[in-house]
Amino acid sequence: MNLEQLPILQVILPLLAAPCCLLLRRSRLAWGFAVLVSCSSLLIAATQLHIIHHSASGSISYEIGGWAAPWGIEYRLDRLGGLVLLVLTAIAAVTLSVARRLLQEEVPEERHHLFFATFLLCLAGLSGIVSTGDLFNVFVFLEIASLSSYVLISMGRSRRALVAAFQYLVMGTIGSTFILIGIGLAYMMTGTLNMADLAQRLTMTLDSVYAEGASIENPALPVNQTRTILAAFAFLTVGLALKLALFPLHAWLPNAYATAPTVVSTFLAGTSTKVAYYVLLRVTFTIFGLAFTFGQVGLQFLLTPLAIMAILVASTIAIYQGDIRRILAYSSVAQIGYLVLGLSFATQAGLTAGIVHLFNHALMKSGLFLVVGCIATRQAGLTLESIRGLGRRMPLTMAAFVVGGLGLIGVPLTSGFISKWLLVSAALESGRWLVAVLVVTGSLLAVVYVWRVVEAAYFLEPDDKTTSEPHDAPAGLLAAAWVLLGATLVFGIYTDLPVGVAREAAASLMGVGS
Amino acid sequence: MGLFNYWTVIVLMMVGFYTVIARNNLIKTMIGLGIFQVSVFMLYISMGKIADGTAPIRVQPSAGHEAIYSNPLPHVLILTAIVVGVATTALGLALIIRIREAYGSIEEDEILEMDRNS
Repeated sequence: MNLEQLPILQVILPLLAAPCCLLLRRSRLAWGFAVLVSCSSLLIAATQLHIIHHSASGSISYEIGGWAAPWGIEYRLDRLGGLVLLVLTAIAAVTLSVARRLLQEEVPEERHHLFFATFLLCLAGLSGIVSTGDLFNVFVFLEIASLSSYVLISMGRSRRALVAAFQYLVMGTIGSTFILIGIGLAYMMTGTLNMADLAQRLTMTLDSVYAEGASIENPALPVNQTRTILAAFAFLTVGLALKLALFPLHAWLPNAYATAPTVVSTFLAGTSTKVAYYVLLRVTFTIFGLAFTFGQVGLQFLLTPLAIMAILVASTIAIYQGDIRRILAYSSVAQIGYLVLGLSFATQAGLTAGIVHLFNHALMKSGLFLVVGCIATRQAGLTLESIRGLGRRMPLTMAAFVVGGLGLIGVPLTSGFISKWLLVSAALESGRWLVAVLVVTGSLLAVVYVWRVVEAAYFLEPDDKTTSEPHDAPAGLLAAAWVLLGATLVFGIYTDLPVGVAREAAASLMGVGS
Repeated sequence: MGLFNYWTVIVLMMVGFYTVIARNNLIKTMIGLGIFQVSVFMLYISMGKIADGTAPIRVQPSAGHEAIYSNPLPHVLILTAIVVGVATTALGLALIIRIREAYGSIEEDEILEMDRNS
């Protein structure tokens, strides 16, 4: 088999499968087909990561249509991209395999094929963002992923989902338009869209980038010292922060995750913000480089306070929420704070922590939202009052929630502990004592909001004691939730896959930048 | 012509952005979003245009006169972004129709009020 074609196959497969889903029409057929496609995507992603990890260069490159970069569009995957793709496709495969059961309560059967088509489009968009080495391609795939996720969110049962999707559409469009402006300004100064080429040209002087005979005021000025490039960087960062839901630009996220169908929250919570974080890493480290981002611009002075605010404020808000999905959504905003905090250290240890947390949090949060989906199959209400006594009625389901919750807190033996440990030791290593203390404080806040759910489920008596028979969620659903949350336990003990790959990915990111 | 195009871009961008933030009516929000996006289309088109440049179709060079071509790439890129803009507007308007069916209103404050009371 010709393995060179894998990078394009990763994107083309779900993209072409989406319209096929529309043609299949029957819910069961479309679902089976979508599961097949997502499992193949997972297989492709795993093969790619394997090839990358064992290759000497640590990356694979694919030229679309045989046109060499920088003129043609290049797809380029390194260890970081391979890892993100693996998480993305794994979560897509697990979510899709139980999607039909979860959708039964939420979306009418005759619209299921539309749902699966949109879901595959979203998967294609997210895979494309990670695979591509071309900045404009990132924008296009970002829009494919965003537009399809607006549609997915609007399929929620309550009418609030429509408003949440609309708000997300407005904020998301502003975000991606900002990214578009940033890309345009960067192209204006360098004349290239290929990421590697951009990185190179940004450090060159103006006269070597411009055509001969052009009149330039200050020919010896490096391109990345011009005001246009500073503006481009600002636009890109703010646009990505919006997509990433970095505090204080997170307003769209809680409403969207809390009102979307549970399948959609499960998928998006684990993937869409993570992919935005991936793009932020690419922009700050690969394209603009360490010296520019942290030396010249000083992005860490903006990102560190915002990340800490995200952790503390969002965790505190999560404590006061009455709906489990809103608790989890605000917890997501807090966890994005941890991710960005790792980035803002600008050290290899900090980056490793960020990438490992990306991996772990994706599994944990998707698993937790899947547990919420399990609960939703047995009862309508998802507020803290309505889940009282659920620990006895759905013992295995709530046990899964506890495992995920412990991961969010960062208790030893869960993967959440590994990433918190790496983050705190990265902070201490670079002498940021206060930051380390604040990270631990954030974990204590997580104890409170996880405890509120556990307390309601295990220690409070339900209002009506009529149904005390244990009645767990359907076995398939429960198994899927346990696969994701069990994985967090496995990766909490065997840390080779995420930590080993993340360390090398971080090393190559730092290497490119310096 | 100087920087005239770029000033227009900035003015349009601010008009659109302000409309998105300040208007309560969902349709007006979409209009603002449209103006905001169009300003970026103009930015891309302006940057590809070179003074006296022609369309990038090879012309026979006349004696002592080299042809100057505009850069076609930004123009092609923005075609993609225009398509994305159309899709966004269509989806936004479709959502507004659904919101109007569900709430009977397209004023954002009224809708949020209804959500708070229910």
